[in-house]
Amino acid sequence: MTLTGKLSAVLIATIFSLSILSPLISPYDPEKINLDSIKEPPSFKHPFGTDNKGRDILSRVLYGGRISISVAIIAASLSMGIGLIMGLCAGYFGRKFDTIIMAFVDLILAFPSLLLAIGVSIILPPGIYTVMIAIASVGWASFARLIRGYVLTLKEAPFIEAAKAIGCGDSRILFAHLMPQCFPISLVMMGIKLGGYILTEASLSFLGLGAQPPTPSWGSMVSMNRAYIASEPWMVLFPGLAIAVTSLCFNLLGDTMRDKFGLKIRT
Amino acid sequence: MKIYVFKRLLLLIPLLLGITLLTFSLTNALPGDPALSLVGERAQPEVIEKIRKELGSDKNIIVQYAGYLRLLLKGELGRSYYTNRKVFDDIVIKFPNTIKLALGAILIAVPIGLLLGFISAYKRNTYIDRLISSLSITGLSLPVFWSGLLIMLLLSLKLKLFPPSGTGDLRFLVMPALTLSLPAIATLARVTRTSVIEIFDMPFINTARAKGLPVMKINFVHVFKNALIPLVTVIGLDFGSYLNGAVLTETIFGWDGIGRFTMEGIIKRDYPVIMGCIMVGTVVFVLINLVMDIVYHYIDPRVRLHDSDR
Repeated sequence: MTLTGKLSAVLIATIFSLSILSPLISPYDPEKINLDSIKEPPSFKHPFGTDNKGRDILSRVLYGGRISISVAIIAASLSMGIGLIMGLCAGYFGRKFDTIIMAFVDLILAFPSLLLAIGVSIILPPGIYTVMIAIASVGWASFARLIRGYVLTLKEAPFIEAAKAIGCGDSRILFAHLMPQCFPISLVMMGIKLGGYILTEASLSFLGLGAQPPTPSWGSMVSMNRAYIASEPWMVLFPGLAIAVTSLCFNLLGDTMRDKFGLKIRT
Repeated sequence: MKIYVFKRLLLLIPLLLGITLLTFSLTNALPGDPALSLVGERAQPEVIEKIRKELGSDKNIIVQYAGYLRLLLKGELGRSYYTNRKVFDDIVIKFPNTIKLALGAILIAVPIGLLLGFISAYKRNTYIDRLISSLSITGLSLPVFWSGLLIMLLLSLKLKLFPPSGTGDLRFLVMPALTLSLPAIATLARVTRTSVIEIFDMPFINTARAKGLPVMKINFVHVFKNALIPLVTVIGLDFGSYLNGAVLTETIFGWDGIGRFTMEGIIKRDYPVIMGCIMVGTVVFVLINLVMDIVYHYIDPRVRLHDSDR
């Protein structure tokens, strides 16, 4: 593993643990309004400053990380799960099944992804589950395409022929023989996609479709505080920085994984 | 060639049907009566009745979809709940602004992205290459709504070079276009690097070197021309990311395009506006991809050969 790969893995682990431990380590209650300390610039008392309701921004960024990261990871797992099953079936069964699934995949990939995610999230009540569903309903398509291509090459392999010869059923071949083979590339794909999902989650929250106030999430913090960019820039700076650093680490890790496993996946 | 274009145009029909089917299902899944959600509750009863009749709300789902298509063909994307204006009319007014913004972003992104990619490839595995690569992956990781705010803070509020927000001439265009171009520069630099390196290793470059052509000639005539081919697709595909980014960028800079229109629709839960923008945005995206595919086909003889083989 390269140095950048290691470094980004360490940083991601740090961001993870900070977010998980946020109830223990965050200095203030992220939702507590304190009218005595409105719009304070960064100081020892409030390292990231406070917002227009006097809430500590460091605490809000820490708590926001829980939402942003967990939404991205759950959405990625959902995309991978759906994509894996769809891709396996399309590749293995072929014919009509393949045509229908791939038509769907092409259709979804034909949409500008954020617009489609917006479309999905407006029909559901806004919140973190909606964001997960919106990301996954767009994201599964690229997983399905990748897995299908891979299954097409695996299908003719001797071990599949052997499994058929000893009388394995379709479901056994699919789930016991083909699926484990597909896990590694799915995980690499997930690594590549996670950085993008962090950004999509942040964008949907920025548009007001994600976690609802007063719950903090990075995207909505930037959105709520952007009116103060001229006078109190720290209110926007730190939540945005959190998004950028997290997404960057995931992207670096994804690149490293791709190089290491020598996969030709388009990002 | 003509056959290829014809085939691609034919393929457009199922794709457009698919898109409308998806937006139709989304519209149907919206809370409330679809006829009401198209024109709003404040519309006159006869208008609602007319739309309901066109949509065939009382009939089965296939008839409803046919009605929806009929309405779309007439350019009827519904009316805004708030302004009671036809969504289609507003989109026609606002869309040129989004195109202007996207073109501005392309004009910034293409030269910078290509240049960075070339430098990166020529200085392969040196610290310059690593610097450019890290810059481009950073560019891909920045949320545009945040980098836009930082650009605004620096160029407009601190340096007072440009007006912070609004729609208008070139001065208003620079900052949103710059913001929108950042991820595109990053993508282009990455793809250019890979593409140029691939061509470096081709035998015909060796031949060119062996027969003693000047280095500049090899770089510009042989490498540049061939490396450009895959880039055309990337530039075209990036248009989708411009539409994605436009929603966020236009909102920040108050640029009066369909991106901001979408955002306003989301805030007010103005469903016809949102669905109309998604619909138009997607159709434009698909059409641009089609044009790019045809251009690609035209400039790369290898693709043409490959096609006639089949």
